[in-house]
This record gives sequence, C-alpha cells and structure tokens, in this order.
Amino acid sequence: MRYLSCPFFSILRVSVTLWLIHAMSNRRFNWYKYAAPANFYPLAGKMIPWFTSITIILFAVGLYVGLFVAPTDFQQGEAYRIIFIHVPAAWMGMFLYVLMAIYAGIGWAFNARLASMMATAISTTGAIFTFISLVTGSLWGRPAWGVWWVWDARMTSTLILFFLYVGFISLQASIDDPRRADRAGAVLALVGLINVPIIYFSVQWWNTLHQGATITAKSFKMAPSMLAAMLILLAACWMYSIAVVLARVRYIIQEREREAPWLAAEAVT
Amino acid sequence: MFGWLVRRDLILAWRRRADVLATFFFFVLVVSLFPLGIGPERELLRSIAPGVVWVAALLASMLSLGRLFGNDYQDGSLEQIMLTPQPHYLLVLAKILSHWVISEVPLVIVAPLLGVQFGLSQNTLGVIAFSLLLGTPVLSLIGAIGAALTLGLRAANVLVALLVLPLYIPVLIFGAGAVSASVEGLSPQPYLLLLGATLVLSLVFAPWATSAALRISVE
Repeated sequence: MRYLSCPFFSILRVSVTLWLIHAMSNRRFNWYKYAAPANFYPLAGKMIPWFTSITIILFAVGLYVGLFVAPTDFQQGEAYRIIFIHVPAAWMGMFLYVLMAIYAGIGWAFNARLASMMATAISTTGAIFTFISLVTGSLWGRPAWGVWWVWDARMTSTLILFFLYVGFISLQASIDDPRRADRAGAVLALVGLINVPIIYFSVQWWNTLHQGATITAKSFKMAPSMLAAMLILLAACWMYSIAVVLARVRYIIQEREREAPWLAAEAVT
Repeated sequence: MFGWLVRRDLILAWRRRADVLATFFFFVLVVSLFPLGIGPERELLRSIAPGVVWVAALLASMLSLGRLFGNDYQDGSLEQIMLTPQPHYLLVLAKILSHWVISEVPLVIVAPLLGVQFGLSQNTLGVIAFSLLLGTPVLSLIGAIGAALTLGLRAANVLVALLVLPLYIPVLIFGAGAVSASVEGLSPQPYLLLLGATLVLSLVFAPWATSAALRISVE
C-alpha cells in the first residue's frame, strides 16, 4: 500500500475510516458483509425489480404531470417541456460523475473491489445521461434560441464533462488487467474531479469575455406543477440509474468472478 | 539524484535529436498551415493567431508525451529509478522538468517568430512567449499523469489524447485569452495571473498523481 504514503491520502483515509466507524457503531447492520461480491450479487438481484418498478411508476406520473398538467409557457410555448427530461439528465450527468469518482477513490484507497466495480458501472450511465442532456439541450435550443448550438458556458462544460466520461471509459476498456484498470480509472476520475470546477469557471470567464451578454436559460418563472414534474422525473432518473447500475454491477461480477464456486451455485438456483 | 536525472534525460535527448526536432517542426508546420487554409487576410489572421498558436502548442506537447516515460519503461530503467529511496515526487518532477526543457522550451522560443507571420505587434509577441512560458509547464505536468496512466497500453497514443486534452482546456483558455487581450489592446495580466495560479496548483498535485499512476502501471 505504498501509494497511500502521501499526506493527502493519509488524512483522507483516516477521516473516512473514522466516519465509517462512527456510522457502523450506530447501526446494528453489518455493512462489510455486502462489500463482498458473493453477498452483494444476490442482494442486487433482489433489489433490481423494486427499483425498476418504482422507476416505471415515477416516469409515468412525472410524464403525465409534465405533459398534461403543467401549463404551457407563454414565452416558449410547448417546446419548453423538453426541460422535463433535459434538466434531470444534466443533473444526473454531474451527480454521477462525482459519485463515480468517490466510488473509484474508495475502491482504490481501501482496495475494495466492489466499489471499483460500482465506479465502472456508473461511468456508462453517467455518460449516457450527459449525452442525453446535450442532445435535448440542442433540440431545445433550436426553438428557444434559434440555433442548435451556442458556446454557452453550461453547454460547453457539459460537453467537456462528456469528454471526461469518454476518457474514463476508454482508459478502463483498454487495460486488460482489471485491478490496474480500477486503479488507473480512480486516478483519472479523481484528477478529473479536481479539474471540474476549474474547467467550469474557466469556461464561464471565457464565455463572458468573448460573447458579451449570454442567453440565460432560466429566464422564465416556474409554475409549481412544472417544478413538481421536474422533481418527479429527477427521482425517476435516480431510480433508473440505481436499477441499471445494479444490473451492470451484476454483469461485471459475473465476468470477473466467473471462476468462483459461489457464482456457479448462484446460477443453478 | 534530481540533478542527475535531469542531466541524464537531457543527454539522452541530445543523442536522439531527431525525435525532439520532429515535435518542434510539427508545431511550426501546424501553425503555418492555418493561413493556407483560411486565407491571407491580415485582420482575420490577427484575430485567430492566439488560438492557433495555443492549440498547436497543445497538440505538439501531447505528441511528445509518449517519450516522457515510454523509453525508460521499455528498457526497464523506470523500474530501477522507482526503486531508489528518493521521494517519488522529486523523481517525477525531474522527469517532467527535463521533458519540458526538451520539448516545450523550443516552442516557447519559436512562437514569437511564428507570431510575426500573423502580423502581430511586438508587444503581443512578448505576451505569446510569456504566456507559453507559464502555460507549457502545466501542459507537461498534466500530460505526465496521462502518460503514466497509459504506459504500455495498446493504443496509448490515441488514448493519451482522450485523457489529457479535456484537462488542458483551462490552460488553453487562459493562455489564448492573454494573447487575445493583448491583440485587442487590453491588459493580459489577469489571464497571466490565472495561468500562474494553474501552474502552482498543478505543480503541487500533478507529480503526486503521476507517481501514483506510475506505481499502478509499473507494478
């Protein structure tokens, strides 16, 4: 564990450990048990149907509220309704990057295989959400601004976020040894995490200095039903992510632990 | 050990001058291609010059990243260097420093000459050189992380581009911003200060991340 020798990581490690001890002493629940793939695999299998059904219900309710209950915007007409998918997707893209970096960091620092697998599983979902937010953003930009793409700070930094995901995924894909892939991905994700705020602010300054007045995306007031639809759909996206990530983790476990006897027993039952 | 490593890398580079010159001429060539592609209008060239020079510097420094650890990794000397009892931070910093001297300093020197091709004023030429002087070490520092992560991988060269270019964006914005400000007759100082801040920040973090990545890759 020589790579943990630098002070930054030792402080991080001590504080995370203290926090974990504190959290575990409060509850009578053995968290460590589910850090083992053999125990997590069946648990994830049981959880997936629940999250899938919650996802379907939330999507149905959210889309109903968003498409039929929410009023038409007097400035943008019906076209504004694309925000009900655009905004949750953009938020998910950002949250999932942070989550991915945290999981990758935990997997690296504590040598926790499952956490690294979670990071790998999250990366694809995060990239998809970021891509959706880019596509819907440009579809929305056409009626609202008259152009498909503007070099607006938010759009540009989302594009860069997408590139960061692509870098993470392709780095992991080109390393054959899973342990090295996990760790290399962790370094890249953490470096990216430090860089995200710097990139965001630099793009914002670049934008304001080059373009003059920028178009503000949130120039209209929100009716409560609009907000409700957006939040319900955000919850739906969360539930979808959990379900899909759990399913992906199960596939990753199947791939990496194919020699393990417990997996064969699991497949029979 | 620090001085020894720098000296060794410089001698090695001197014996393989062709590699170093290739990067240098790549930079010159790319910058000279833009007027051919866009047309010789003086005003247009003057306004795109900052971006062109900086993007070319980014690409040139990215091309040379394979050399940073690649040769040492292949002949096994990287492993020996890592086994010495010196702090890895300093060893990595020495490698990055010599890489900067070999591949980036020539670009800093030649960039003002290329600026003349674009009809920039004397004042702006100074800003180009100074912004590159502050910004190119950041490119080497950040690039080293990518180079260390992709050591010995199949498509390492293409992969490095994917990993490193998004992280270069702040440097590009600040560097090209400084030159643009100077072209428009404004003070480039805020951009140069931001570049300096980026340099300090990456000087603290990048060698750590690089040595962590090296240990993962060499293991």
